Formats: sequence, C-alpha cells, structure tokens
Amino acid sequence: MTQLASITLMHNDAARPIIDAVMADNPDVRVLNMPGAVKLDCEGRLRVNRASVEERMGRAWSPQEIQLVLVSMAGNLEEDDDQFTLSWRK
Amino acid sequence: MTVQIKTIDLEPKRNTFAHVARRLGADKPASRYQEATLDVQATENFHYKPLWEPEYWHYDTRKTAVVMADWYKPLDPRQFYYSTYNIARANMNQAAEKNFAFVDERGLLTKASAQAQAAIRRGLLPVRHLHWGSNMNMAEMTQRGYGTAVTAPCIFSAGDHLGMAQIVSRIGLALDGQTGTCLAAAKQGWMSNPAWQGVRKLIEDTLVQRDWFELFTAQVLGVNEVVLKLVYGALEQAFPESGLSLAMLTGFMSDWAADETRWSDAVLKSVAAESEANKRLVSGWAEQWIARAVTAAEPLSAGLLGDHGAAARAAGEAARGHGRKLGLAL
Repeated sequence: MTQLASITLMHNDAARPIIDAVMADNPDVRVLNMPGAVKLDCEGRLRVNRASVEERMGRAWSPQEIQLVLVSMAGNLEEDDDQFTLSWRK
Repeated sequence: MTVQIKTIDLEPKRNTFAHVARRLGADKPASRYQEATLDVQATENFHYKPLWEPEYWHYDTRKTAVVMADWYKPLDPRQFYYSTYNIARANMNQAAEKNFAFVDERGLLTKASAQAQAAIRRGLLPVRHLHWGSNMNMAEMTQRGYGTAVTAPCIFSAGDHLGMAQIVSRIGLALDGQTGTCLAAAKQGWMSNPAWQGVRKLIEDTLVQRDWFELFTAQVLGVNEVVLKLVYGALEQAFPESGLSLAMLTGFMSDWAADETRWSDAVLKSVAAESEANKRLVSGWAEQWIARAVTAAEPLSAGLLGDHGAAARAAGEAARGHGRKLGLAL
C-alpha cells in the first residue's frame, strides 16, 4: 500500500489560493474539511506549485510563505523556489 | 471514565453573497477581491437622470464606443481592493522614504554642481504637472467608466499618480532647502519652456476626452508608455551628475510602471479580444494617441538628451510593439 502524502492547512483567505492550487495540480487529491482546517491527502506525492498559487493569489508568492498557514504535514519534504513537494522516499 | 473529544464541522449556510455566487457559478468561498469587486456598482433603479448629461444614466455603458457584453470580464490580475492596494503601496513607499533619507543624509542631490541642479529643475520637476493631469484622467475614468472591475483600479491609479507627483515635488524641495521656490519655477517651466509644451498640450487634450475608454487607451499607451517611460528611462543619461540618486529616488515609478502595466495590459487585451469592432476601435485610438504622444515627447527628448527626438520615437515604436502583443492592430 502506498503511504499518503498529506498537508493540513488553515482554512482562511490566505490559504484558499494554496488549497485551490493543490486541488487543481493534484488530480487524485482527497479533501477532508475540518473546522478551521483542510487536510489534503494524495497517494504517494503531493505538490504545491508556485506558479499556480501566484496565478490564484495575484501577487508574487514564495513557497516558504506556506509556513504561515501550515498546520501539519506528512511525507519527506522537497522544497525549492518553484515548488513544495511531499512524498515518501523508499 | 474516558472523555472523547469530538469536533463538529458546521456547514455554513452560505459561503458568499448571492450576487458573487451567481458569478462563480456555485456557492463557494470567494476571495476578498471577488467580494469587493464583482457586481458592486449599481446598474438600475436610479432615481433621477443626471442634469449635467441627461442623455445618459449615472452609470451607462454608452459612455464609450467599445461594447462589452460584461464589464466584469477585464478583471485586475493583481486582485487589488482597498486593503491589498494600500499594503502594496505602503511597502513601495517605505522603500522610497528610505532612499530619500539616504540621499538627504549624504547630500547626494545638493552636492552636484549648480548647473546639474538647474538641469533637474528644468528637465524633471515639471513632470509633476503631467502626473497631476494623469491623476485627473484616472479619476475621470473612475466616474465615467462602467463596472467596479475597471473603475476601482482606475482610482487606485489616480492615487498612484498623486503619490508620484509628490515624490517629484520632494526632489524639488530637497534642491531648494524645503522652500518651494523650485516648484514655482517648475510651474513656469511647464507653462512656457518649449521642451514641455508638447507634453502639456498632450495631457490637456486628454483632459477633455469624453469617451472614457479612448481616454484609458490614450493614458496607458500614450502618456504612460511613451512620455513617462521616456522621462524616467532617460534620467541617468539626461542628468549624468545626479543620475544615480535620481534613479534611486524615482525607484517607486519603475515599480509602479511594472505593476500598472500588468493591470492595464489585462484590460486592453480583454476589451480588444471581445469583438472585431472593439479591436478596430482600440487599435485606432492606440495608433492615434501613441503618434500624438511621440510628437509631444520629441521636443522633451531633444531638450533632455539632445537627440532631436530619437528617444521619443524609439519609445513610440516600443509602445506600438507593446500594443501589438496585446492583440491590437498597430
């Protein structure tokens, strides 16, 4: 069984463009709504793209800014200027 | 005894306003920008016809010749509403303040020769009147335009021009020991120096433009793309002794130009793409106003750079290329 790569974000205005971008870029994502937070689960790999977030946010955005709305995450993190990816490395 | 902590996820009855939900196609959470913009302007049930223009209603799509099925199509890619706009500009202004403090502390402007300082008074300070005219143009588009999607960014842009006029004024005040004599002289230069008369005529001609989208095209492709680009792009060349400090002090203007163009490009592109008729109209306006702006800027470019207007013509060519990229036939 593949492990779930997962990210939990606050559910607010600042995080909504990120949530939308994750849902658009990861077709098999499962969304779990909780009070005040959203848990996004993907089989194996979950990716947040800077370009997709910027398009929805209307301004320059750095993947580091995700920390401001990040509640929790699961998976090995790979981060650079253009993306923030969680996956389980074998 | 064990205590189980349970959370209940309460579904909100509605996620946004009904008029926003109709735009989004479903009742889902909307961004602040969407809620502050979509269908905010009143469209019907006006009580009295305006006496000053009885052929139109207060908000009337017929105040421009271009036709849009939906004036909420040209949205602002920067997603500016009151607070995001103010936060963005406050950051830019903070940088400008630091640069003014830096230049002031080291006396960078006043260290230059009297001749170099006189060149700045003649060649740069009068541009504050051009910004003031642009401010009035943007305010005019706000009041004659249609739909909050376009008119809200217009009033933000009007505020920007006022701010830039103030930055130019502060350069003058730094030169004359905060007395303002420089600015009075710059007004005289604006009114009578032959180098500025073309630009003055250009902005005065736009002030009486009644079709608000023609005015938009004239302002963003003529005034912004040709004249302002020329003035702020030529600083280092035109004022070799103080070029670097002036470039620092007008850093706001280059940041602003990049920001403003993102928005104005999106508007022009979306209006021109709406129909062949729109494209023809906007292309015609762009052609005419870029040409007028080049003629207006030629004496200024000659006065600043001694190039017989070559830089003005180059700015015009660049503006045409810019327009072509937006889908205009130029």
